[in-house]
Amino acid sequence: MSDKQTTPKSTGLTAEGAENAGKGIKNKNSADSAVKQKFGFNWRGWLNTLSPVIALFVVFELFVLIAPSSFATARNMEMIARQTTIVGIAALGMTLVIISGGIDLSVGSIVALSTVVIAWLLQSAGAGPLTAAIGGVAAAAFFGLLSGVLITRLRVVPFIVTLGMMLVVRGAAKGIGREQKIDVDPAQLKWLDELLASVPAERSWMLLPPGVWMMIFLAIGMAALLRYTRLGRHTFAIGSNEQTARLCGVAVERVKVLVYTLCGAFGGLAGVMQFSRLTVGDPTVAVGLELNVIAAVVIGGGSLAGGEGSILGTLVGALIMTVIASGCTQRGYPNWVQEIITGAIIVIAVALDRLRHRRAA
Amino acid sequence: MQGVSKRFGATIALEDVSIKVATGEVLALVGENGAGKSTLMKVCSGAIKPDEGRMWLDGEPFRPNNPLEARRAGVAMIYQELSLTPHMSVQENIMLGMEPSKLGVIRWKQVRQRAIEAIKEFDNPELTPDARVSRLSVGSQQLVEIARALAIGCRVLVLDEPTSSLTQQDVERLFEIIKRLQAQGKAIVYISHFIEEVKRVADRVTVLRDGRVVGSNDVSAITTDEIVTLMVGRQVEELYPRSKRQAGEVVLEVEDLAGLDKPKSASLNLRRGEVLGIAGLVGAGRTELLRSLFGLEPVKKGRIKLGVYTGPASPVRRWMQGAGLLSEDRKEEGLALSLSVSDNVTLSKLKGFGPLGLVLPGRQDKATRRWLEKLDIRCRGPQQSVSSLSGGNQQKVAMARLLQHDVDVLLLDEPTRGIDVAAKALVYKLINALATGYRGHLARDSRAGRPRHDQPKAVLMVSSYLPELMGVCDRVAVMCRGRLGPTYRIDEVNEHELMLEATGQSLGDTDERRPSRD
Repeated sequence: MSDKQTTPKSTGLTAEGAENAGKGIKNKNSADSAVKQKFGFNWRGWLNTLSPVIALFVVFELFVLIAPSSFATARNMEMIARQTTIVGIAALGMTLVIISGGIDLSVGSIVALSTVVIAWLLQSAGAGPLTAAIGGVAAAAFFGLLSGVLITRLRVVPFIVTLGMMLVVRGAAKGIGREQKIDVDPAQLKWLDELLASVPAERSWMLLPPGVWMMIFLAIGMAALLRYTRLGRHTFAIGSNEQTARLCGVAVERVKVLVYTLCGAFGGLAGVMQFSRLTVGDPTVAVGLELNVIAAVVIGGGSLAGGEGSILGTLVGALIMTVIASGCTQRGYPNWVQEIITGAIIVIAVALDRLRHRRAA
Repeated sequence: MQGVSKRFGATIALEDVSIKVATGEVLALVGENGAGKSTLMKVCSGAIKPDEGRMWLDGEPFRPNNPLEARRAGVAMIYQELSLTPHMSVQENIMLGMEPSKLGVIRWKQVRQRAIEAIKEFDNPELTPDARVSRLSVGSQQLVEIARALAIGCRVLVLDEPTSSLTQQDVERLFEIIKRLQAQGKAIVYISHFIEEVKRVADRVTVLRDGRVVGSNDVSAITTDEIVTLMVGRQVEELYPRSKRQAGEVVLEVEDLAGLDKPKSASLNLRRGEVLGIAGLVGAGRTELLRSLFGLEPVKKGRIKLGVYTGPASPVRRWMQGAGLLSEDRKEEGLALSLSVSDNVTLSKLKGFGPLGLVLPGRQDKATRRWLEKLDIRCRGPQQSVSSLSGGNQQKVAMARLLQHDVDVLLLDEPTRGIDVAAKALVYKLINALATGYRGHLARDSRAGRPRHDQPKAVLMVSSYLPELMGVCDRVAVMCRGRLGPTYRIDEVNEHELMLEATGQSLGDTDERRPSRD
């Protein structure tokens, strides 16, 4: 610094102020109100909500162009809906967990457990199909509850607790099944194998199989829960800033336990669908499913940091993945190409989402 | 820097702003929150690009594309929020991003040597090259940041609200360092709300308002009042209004309260219709006192009686019992930044917004809109996310939550920290209105026959800014090292005595003061 003088010498950010800013918008306030008057409703907000839908549309159209003509048929679309259901239902619960700022890695195991419990109840305990399905969901909800309690009591991060739970539940499923699949006598299934079966001609008024309808109605219910109930608003608050939520008198622990329990229950219901498709209790099924479920939420705009996510987005995310899979199959691409495309889509979706956020900020 | 403009969408953050700063000069940049100070400095430190305008550094055109380029060119910015990596050591933080290395292997000897060089200036025993940054006090952490800037050999140093979280001693130390840097020929831009500080430390002051320069002068040639008038653009009416207050029944009784570490011992009585202030230095345990009253921190011993309730505390219960806490830390705790204004205002009581316990966003917005208007919160609407509001408006949102909840006992922790003069004036007016019960334009409803008077509230307020406590409170107590001293009526004490007690020197020395009885 010896070559610098201590006397003020003109340097740095020079030049005189010119104050001739008479024209243009006078100040921020009037600018804001001008914007408000011009756009009576929040068009940007709507654009944000709909952008995953637009993405789905683009991906779909792409395959319509390049895939064989069978792609755009009603039959194929029904199949896409059916194939989305398992991931879609599990992702409803996962959306809630991710909005709360957590994550649940045990969903795949929970699906397997649910199928095994259902099969066991049907075969060994002689239960009816409804009792068995409820039993499967209840077992799944119990493990969700356990995750929630451990996370809040032990104050261990959700990633670790549910990672452990993933193994615990998988082990429990294998234990119940004695390390084997449990086959079920088809006579006992009754309606249980029809949930995801293609709609037969005599019931074509249903348009979609009952399992798909169930997913749609549950999705509407969950979207309403997130938007119109205290539990939903509290979940957003916890994910956005847990300390604020606590300060404001939100029963943070209770809400979290509920969120994980719900996530478990939805995993169990996904297990019911899985069982309906395979009609066998298989403790080794759905390995890695949790990653597809998380991917669906994330593609749909959910943020792993919490506070963001939507049911519509999640369903669209799940659909995008199925459309890719289905399109690739029909085009005759091998499996590995599908995987690469899905992986790329996840990264691109989140990158676009970040970009949008930055521009909004 | 000449004719710099910056737009964010339709909002004009800066319009044709020109400033200059010379070597060996301290330029103070003042203005209300949202006036564009921080934006301007982000432009000159390369964090954002201007839409128009040019900059020169030492006569050379200066066009940084990012903060790193600006730093290399010699312009370093020290932000309000410290940007250190807490898990790393002091030396690692100082040399972060420019570690001397050979083939990618860091040369620790050089790191250490350069770090020592940078920190020896400060003469602070806490600062050793190996100390972990998370263990340092906030003041020392700030010094690490300054050291980092010096280690690159910066010539222009921008300090953004450097004193907002410092203790009085650290502030003094910082001022000394600024003087020293000035003598070394650095150009320093000092951004602050505190006009007293500006008058002490700066040579020249430039006032920004609504993104434009509204005045610039030598500090010696301008009075505090003139600066304030320029900042606000109008005369500030009486900053601390004080209506006639009538102290009523005791609503909060605390006896010998002790927490895990702090507070060590605190007793107080708070009556309806009065404002009780708690003075003290940062770290004296005032925040912990409020938090343990509110059930956010454990109580080890002592008794708390809030209204008729004596049981254990939790935030859930406290809100139901009619108490609300305003956090000192808006960003980390006070507000959920990514949520909307509406959600933040109504979060503590999501009831009555629809049938069957449903929460209808339309009704939340309706309730919120009332506060937007009454507290003059500037935003696009109830659905705007809080993160995009200025500090003052954020604080008003946090205050609106207590009003919306309609609590009887308000625990306010540094309610005016980091907000501009106009917002401060509003907060003072609000506190006065709450304590007197006459809420004027805040009255719930002005339907015919309904008195425009409401029951007075009780306010417990923590502040580090003594003039504010003297202006707002009826009684004041000082907290020092976890112990809450006796309560004085505001006309019994002066700032000097309070400061002495806060620094732990009083009681023995100044003996003629008697605690008031209540």
